[in-house]
Amino acid sequence: MSERLAWILEHKDTVCVSHRYADIKLQKISPEGKPKIQLQVVLHDNTTSTFQFVSRQGTSAAIKERDKVKDLLVTLLPKFKTKVNKELEEKNRLLSENPSLLQLYRDLVITEVVTSEEFWASHASAYLNKNSHSKQQVGVSGAFLADIKPQTDGCNGLKYNLTADVMEAIFRTYPAVKQKHRETVPGKYTEAQFWTKFFQSHYFHRDRINAGTKDLFTDCAKIDDQVLSKEMNEGVSDPLVDVTSFEDNTLAEGYGTSLENNKGPVQNIVHQSMIKRFNQHSIMVLKACQDNPVSQDASVPPQVNGTSDSKGDSPQKDADSLTNHKNRKRRIHDKITYDDLENTETSAPVVKLNLTKVERYLQGPVSSEDATVQPVTESDLPLLAQALVRLKDEVANYPLHSSNHMLVAPAIAVNALGELTPGGALMRAHHDDSLAELVSESLAKEVRAIYASTCELLRHFWACFPPTSADHQTKAEHTYNALRRLHNARIKPFESKVMVEFSPLSQQLTSHLNLLLNTAYNKYEVTLVKIRRRS
Amino acid sequence: MKLDVDGLQVLFPYEYIYPEQYSYMCELKKGLDAKGHCLLEMPSGTGKTVTLLALIVAYMVEYPLELTKLIYCSRTIPEIEKVIEELRKLFEYYESHGQKLDFLGLVLSSRKNLCIHPQVSKEREGKIVDGRCHSLTASYIRERAAANREIPICTYYENFDAKGREAPLPRGVFSLDDLKEFGRSYNYCPYFYARHAVGFAQIVVYSYHYLLDPKIAEVVSKEIAKSSAVIFDEAHNIDNVCIDSMSVKVNRKIIDKSASNLQILENTISRAKEANASKLRDEYNKLVQGLRDAHRSRETDAALSNPVLPDQILKEVVPGNIRTADHFVGFLKRFLEYIKTRLRTQHVVHESPAAFLKDIANKVCIERKPLRFCAERLASLLRTLEIADQTDFSPLILITHLATLVSTYTKGFTIIIEPFEDNKPTVPNPIFHFSCLDASIAVKPIFDRFQTVVITSGTLSPLDMFPKILNFHPAVCQSFTMTLARPCLLPMIVAKGSDQVAMTSRFESREDVAVVRNYGQLLVEICTVVPDGVVCFFTSYMYLESVVASWYDQGVIDNLQRKKLLFIETQDAAETSLALFNYIKACESGRGAVLLSVARGKVSEGVDFDHHLGRAVLMFGIPFVYTQSRILRARLDYLRDQFQIREADFLTFDAMRHAAQCVGRAIRGKTDYGIMIFADKRFGRIDKRSKLPKWIQEHLSDYLCNLSTEEAIQITKKWLRQMAQPFSREDQLGRSLLTLEQLEAKKDVMDSMAHQK
Repeated sequence: MSERLAWILEHKDTVCVSHRYADIKLQKISPEGKPKIQLQVVLHDNTTSTFQFVSRQGTSAAIKERDKVKDLLVTLLPKFKTKVNKELEEKNRLLSENPSLLQLYRDLVITEVVTSEEFWASHASAYLNKNSHSKQQVGVSGAFLADIKPQTDGCNGLKYNLTADVMEAIFRTYPAVKQKHRETVPGKYTEAQFWTKFFQSHYFHRDRINAGTKDLFTDCAKIDDQVLSKEMNEGVSDPLVDVTSFEDNTLAEGYGTSLENNKGPVQNIVHQSMIKRFNQHSIMVLKACQDNPVSQDASVPPQVNGTSDSKGDSPQKDADSLTNHKNRKRRIHDKITYDDLENTETSAPVVKLNLTKVERYLQGPVSSEDATVQPVTESDLPLLAQALVRLKDEVANYPLHSSNHMLVAPAIAVNALGELTPGGALMRAHHDDSLAELVSESLAKEVRAIYASTCELLRHFWACFPPTSADHQTKAEHTYNALRRLHNARIKPFESKVMVEFSPLSQQLTSHLNLLLNTAYNKYEVTLVKIRRRS
Repeated sequence: MKLDVDGLQVLFPYEYIYPEQYSYMCELKKGLDAKGHCLLEMPSGTGKTVTLLALIVAYMVEYPLELTKLIYCSRTIPEIEKVIEELRKLFEYYESHGQKLDFLGLVLSSRKNLCIHPQVSKEREGKIVDGRCHSLTASYIRERAAANREIPICTYYENFDAKGREAPLPRGVFSLDDLKEFGRSYNYCPYFYARHAVGFAQIVVYSYHYLLDPKIAEVVSKEIAKSSAVIFDEAHNIDNVCIDSMSVKVNRKIIDKSASNLQILENTISRAKEANASKLRDEYNKLVQGLRDAHRSRETDAALSNPVLPDQILKEVVPGNIRTADHFVGFLKRFLEYIKTRLRTQHVVHESPAAFLKDIANKVCIERKPLRFCAERLASLLRTLEIADQTDFSPLILITHLATLVSTYTKGFTIIIEPFEDNKPTVPNPIFHFSCLDASIAVKPIFDRFQTVVITSGTLSPLDMFPKILNFHPAVCQSFTMTLARPCLLPMIVAKGSDQVAMTSRFESREDVAVVRNYGQLLVEICTVVPDGVVCFFTSYMYLESVVASWYDQGVIDNLQRKKLLFIETQDAAETSLALFNYIKACESGRGAVLLSVARGKVSEGVDFDHHLGRAVLMFGIPFVYTQSRILRARLDYLRDQFQIREADFLTFDAMRHAAQCVGRAIRGKTDYGIMIFADKRFGRIDKRSKLPKWIQEHLSDYLCNLSTEEAIQITKKWLRQMAQPFSREDQLGRSLLTLEQLEAKKDVMDSMAHQK
């Protein structure tokens, strides 16, 4: 009885009421001063059991007894709660995070088309599994700063709308700002003050010079510049873009006619720093988007370094320079290869056949009863050879086998694309019955939801065909019934609603749905007949 | 495949060949047969390099006595490395056909790229590497080191000097990395080994300067036989390289530094007199005897040696009045003082070298003859005084070079003294320009010396200009177009914005808000419809800056950033490299990026934007050179007087070759495709259009010549749809790609066509 709360009538050996602790959501007690001394447990499915405590010694003793139970439950319940809640919370979270799943849940579970367990087991498995691997990170838009549109608030002020996404983008792109935020908020500034300062800084106004001002972000700019100049000093590994080492020029200073050197100081320093900032911004956005895999990798090398410390870094450096050379060479080779001049036919990758039992492959399936295979005679040989040649031809001409198989001739494809763009021949028909005008947004949403749930069920339904095993058969039957239920619970009311409210549309909206369902029903019935006949 | 080019067996290291490659080989063969010079234009990305190498190597195999050496000059280090890899491929192909080539092919570059000395090679500045190398390998340092073990020397060089010269000659292809590898394994200095090997290698790949710049050519390329073929690849800018290598400019800073150089020199001389007077006397005696080569100039001593010297100087004796060290220093002081007074002028001075010489003779009694020996005399003195690191003396060396040049050449040069910069008339910043006006002066010895010089590039049009400005007579002069199976380049001239305001970078209207906005709009629209990389070129860096600033105010930048990541070329090379590197990263990651760059900048000259790195290239305005420059004015006058080239013709030619160079960056091969947008009304004029290379002109039909922004976008969309279709070899075969059989079949037709021409 370590997992259950139970109540047994005196002198009976059957349990009247029994709840698993895990099922209990909460307990309630009657308020003080009420005539009845009660304890109520509420289960997760919102059913309740109420216990009334009576005692011969009077109410105070009853209360004492009840409190004893209550205290015990208070200590016991949380132990079980954590386990259950986690699961529940998880499901709750999933539902709230995925609106489409929530809609499906509403359509299928709340209308009782399928049970809750079934829903989680078969229909939401994709969502549940997704948890196991991490969520894909959203990239950073190049223009996230530009997309913050200031609005005038009517009294000489500007209002910027910051969303969580934009803040995330700023932090990811400018680690220095994130650092600053961590340092100063909420100690020195409030969140709002911090962002106000940010909007006044050079980050937002690229044409402002940050050097002289005593700004919160002045040292951020310094850090950013340091990072950039460090990268500049390291140089780039790609020899084809390393402009610094392009020239193999021995002209010393003072030779030549070019005026590069005395051009420098005349230029507009604001423009120059702005250009630098644009470059910096793009580089940092790019880095922010590629950071993740790098940071994972980066966690490994230090250990390697630690173990190989005794050797010193020179071998590693050599290896680095070696790979560097290889990369250089590869880049240059890439540049000088002309794919179309090269004979590529031989270099096509050959997939190696991996055989576990060679003899089976060589002999092929031989049915034992069919032993009347005619021995090949001399006269057959040319015929066989012919057949072989034909087969080879067939295989060679099989469109998917050639390296660049063409499903559609390019000219035709281009034409079709042209016709499908506005103004093309195929786009003309779409103008007269514009559904968009007739269907209101809410209705469209509803149709979409119905489609989603129907298709989900249909998917499972069709997955059972052909029903090769008993499992499949029962599942098919099950899904069939669920489809029927859905049809009655969801689609029929919807149809009648549309009939009443949007008469001009009548059957048009659901005709395709009905077609889908009918096809499924037919299939099921035909299979059923077949199965019966067989048995 | 094995080709037969006009009776010559050529092994071409591919199974297929482009028709234009074959025609190129035919023309080149004609040039080699005639032992004449060639001017050949072939679009970028049609395998020019491999074609050249295949034919010339075949020629060298077939006629080993006619053609003994191939010198391949290119512009940038990546280009040079590409050439050497192509060569390696060719060698491997020969070997796989059982015909091992008995050739040595190698690359030569500066010490910076070849040094393997553990400390010196860490330096990144070329000048510093040269200086430090010199301080470890100069002959007197080595002499001293032989006596005193403490003095550091370079073991790699010592080893090379001891054994390397007689070492068995390897065969094969040596890139920069291979040379270093070779150097490490044998403990030879790769730089000096390569320089030594240039003498006997059959194929040498190096930068233009090693041949064109007389100061270096003297050291590196002296002993190359006449029966060599010289190739200038990417030669569309060759005239500027020639001019740069012969021009000198002197400003205050250099004057001041050379004055202090002279001071050091004087002190050293007086100290040397006290310590070891015999050395200086020795030098003097030798100079008297005419042994100019008193110090049997060793290769290591010639780091920054003499400028171009006419042959007669080498035969003459150093004049008496500068033979002693003291006299020479005094002489230099007078010369320097004279230049200083000339710089003190308040107005711009134009002068011919002859007038300058006359003036200097009148004012400070300096004759022409001793001036000519200045450079040589200083080099000798520096050697005598055992000054190791000559880089410190570079200002003084520059002054002596100026002296030698000004007294040697009276024609084709001009002297311009500008007291201040044009835009800052109140700030005195005098500059003394000694400027070469005639590109043919530097290149003439090469045309004279070698039997075949090939000038080739993707953009040489109009072809009649180069023979004029370089003053040579090509035996073969041909422009090839690109045969294409699909229209893989789309040149367009966008002349107006959507508001019908003309787009132009004319000086009067370039700052016009409407023009700048229209440029911005065009770029945003292009970025919306074109995937991956977009590159824009502006006419100058100043214009780029001001446009970016106005775009920021107009919100264009925000719109751009919504579509693609934005990168901008800056004047700082390291910053530009980083931006480029990230630009490529952005294109490769699929985000797409847009690069704002400058015509005539480093990016436009050396970086390729092939395939997805450059799906569209925009040229905002016509990249005319800054026409107010006095040096340019003087050059234009000279061209008009000497070569009958009209000013406007030359300016247009210059602008159009740079424009073509910029947009040509997008197409690197027949499988590539790219849009080329010329955003300036003036491109539509016939005088501009007709100066574009033939392979671009061919695709620039009339209906593409006066578009508005929307029209251009519509055409772009349609074209991109077409280009997105799969493109296979079968589509190309027979038209823009030939097998050996197809080539044989077509040969008759092509030959007869060639005859008709």
